[in-house]
Amino acid sequence: MFKLSPKLSQKIFYTLLAISTAIVIVPVLLIVFIIIKNGWSAISWEFLTTMPTDGMRAGGILPAILGTLSIVACAICITLPVGVCAAIYLNEYAKDNMLTRIIKLAIVNLAGVPSVVYGLFGLGIFVMLLGFGVSIIAGALTLSIMELPVIITTARGALNSVPYAFREASWSLGVSKWQTIRRVVLPNALPGIMTGAILSISRISGETAPILFTAAAFYVPHLPQSMFDQVMALPYHLYIISTQIPNMPKNIIFGTALVLLMMVLSMSLFAIIARLYFRKKRKW
Amino acid sequence: MVEKIRVENLNCYYKDKQALKNLNITVEKNEILSIIGPSNSGKTSFLRTLNRMNDMNVDFSRDGEIYLDEENIFEMNPEKLRTRVGMLFAMPIPLPMSIYDNIAYAPRVLGLKNKKNMDEVVEQSLRDASLWDEVKDRLHTSAIKMSGGQQQRLCIARILAIEPEVILFDEPCSGLDPISTAKVEEAMLKLKQKYTIVLVTNNVKQASRVGTRTAFFLMGELVEIDKTSTLFVSPRNKKTEDYITGRFG
Ligand SMILES: Nc1ncnc2c1ncn2[C@@H]1O[C@H](COP(=O)(O)OP(=O)(O)OP(=O)(O)O)[C@@H](O)[C@H]1O
Ligand SMILES: [Mg+2]
Repeated sequence: MFKLSPKLSQKIFYTLLAISTAIVIVPVLLIVFIIIKNGWSAISWEFLTTMPTDGMRAGGILPAILGTLSIVACAICITLPVGVCAAIYLNEYAKDNMLTRIIKLAIVNLAGVPSVVYGLFGLGIFVMLLGFGVSIIAGALTLSIMELPVIITTARGALNSVPYAFREASWSLGVSKWQTIRRVVLPNALPGIMTGAILSISRISGETAPILFTAAAFYVPHLPQSMFDQVMALPYHLYIISTQIPNMPKNIIFGTALVLLMMVLSMSLFAIIARLYFRKKRKW
Repeated sequence: MVEKIRVENLNCYYKDKQALKNLNITVEKNEILSIIGPSNSGKTSFLRTLNRMNDMNVDFSRDGEIYLDEENIFEMNPEKLRTRVGMLFAMPIPLPMSIYDNIAYAPRVLGLKNKKNMDEVVEQSLRDASLWDEVKDRLHTSAIKMSGGQQQRLCIARILAIEPEVILFDEPCSGLDPISTAKVEEAMLKLKQKYTIVLVTNNVKQASRVGTRTAFFLMGELVEIDKTSTLFVSPRNKKTEDYITGRFG
């Protein structure tokens, strides 16, 4: 056996750590770089605000942008209140018994189910059984069910980060459990809940599998009009134009990817900045 | 002397562990009843039973009854009870809001006061807690930034704002320096005129300074209770004597 000097071994491990960090970061930067390089030329005001033309080989991607926005907005409006209520119930009210422990375990595990399974579930329940058809509402419900475990988990984390002592102090003044949640716990958990919600929005904007059978259409000649319309959606549109359409101009494909990427990244960035800001502002 | 609280045959348990054993004790109106005793003798458990804060603990159970003005507290609405029996914890816990809002919080939520009176309530509570002069210029700054002693007096003021009848103090000075301690004690003595006080303290000297009567707890049992002057000069029980003279354990 030979022994490394502490200084040398420190150097070796430092280098190893630096390399593994690079392995994580370089591909991300490369992807962003390639997409920007190839897609930048397609980006224009027109591209963002007009309908596709010439069998989608030209024109804009407005319907796909609006489709994604409406599905995602609907989904978060459903999943956020339900998820926060469930988290409040589980954290603040539910007794610690077998049933609640099973529920908590199920929630953690549901977060690991592949998204295509949710897609098939949505097809079976919302599209067929409830008869919503392939529509914004069916896609939004599917996405909201998929995202529910994540929302519940982050909301519970945010609720747990509010010290138990605050609750006791409030109860000891004769304030009821619900009022304590409303006036002390929720306001202090809100930043955590909201940043979690923004990350969820960014995550579901890029999901393809859950909306594949439930909301997305190959091509719709008009903009979405009601909750029960089929819509084009950015991730699915991207899949279509990169695989199904011959002679597709490359810059439109990458331009579409760039729009999607910017949507997702800017929201994540916003969430990270908001989190840092609230952490700094936190009063305890 | 008027009886404010009467405890009858109280037994408290956490799961199977008994924390209080067949406790019979009364608290008289406008007295400061000091409770002394070594760690784990059940002092905190006793206080938290008096205003039913232990209701929140699923492991907790009890038998025996407690009467507040002849009314059984276990048949009362617990939230209503806590507005009549306020509690101060060992560690000061200011809520993460301004000094003003900390005090206005409970009266607002409970709908006790209209908005016009709120300023008066806040000022009076802070005065009664001997804190007004130190904070009157920064009522709207965060309460978390105050010193430990100020935080503890803020917590006292917060209780005064709901005008309870009884205040329970659980080692209110355990984390404080002598000067802050003196200020909290000063506030307490002032409060005696209006309120009935139960003070748990691990500082025997503090009990002798402020207590009207003093009770000695040991392993969940009440060993002795008497006028403070009597208990400290001529304790009847050998264990009490050992404890107050510092020869204990
Ligand atoms: N929440 C709880 N769960 C389980 N057991 C508890 C709990 N609180 C107190 N106990 C137990 O009850 C007994 C009495 O504790 P208690 O806190 O009332 O003592 P104390 O006299 O206040 O002690 P100290 O001077 O250290 O504050 C102890 O044996 C303790 O371990
Ligand atoms: Mg204690």
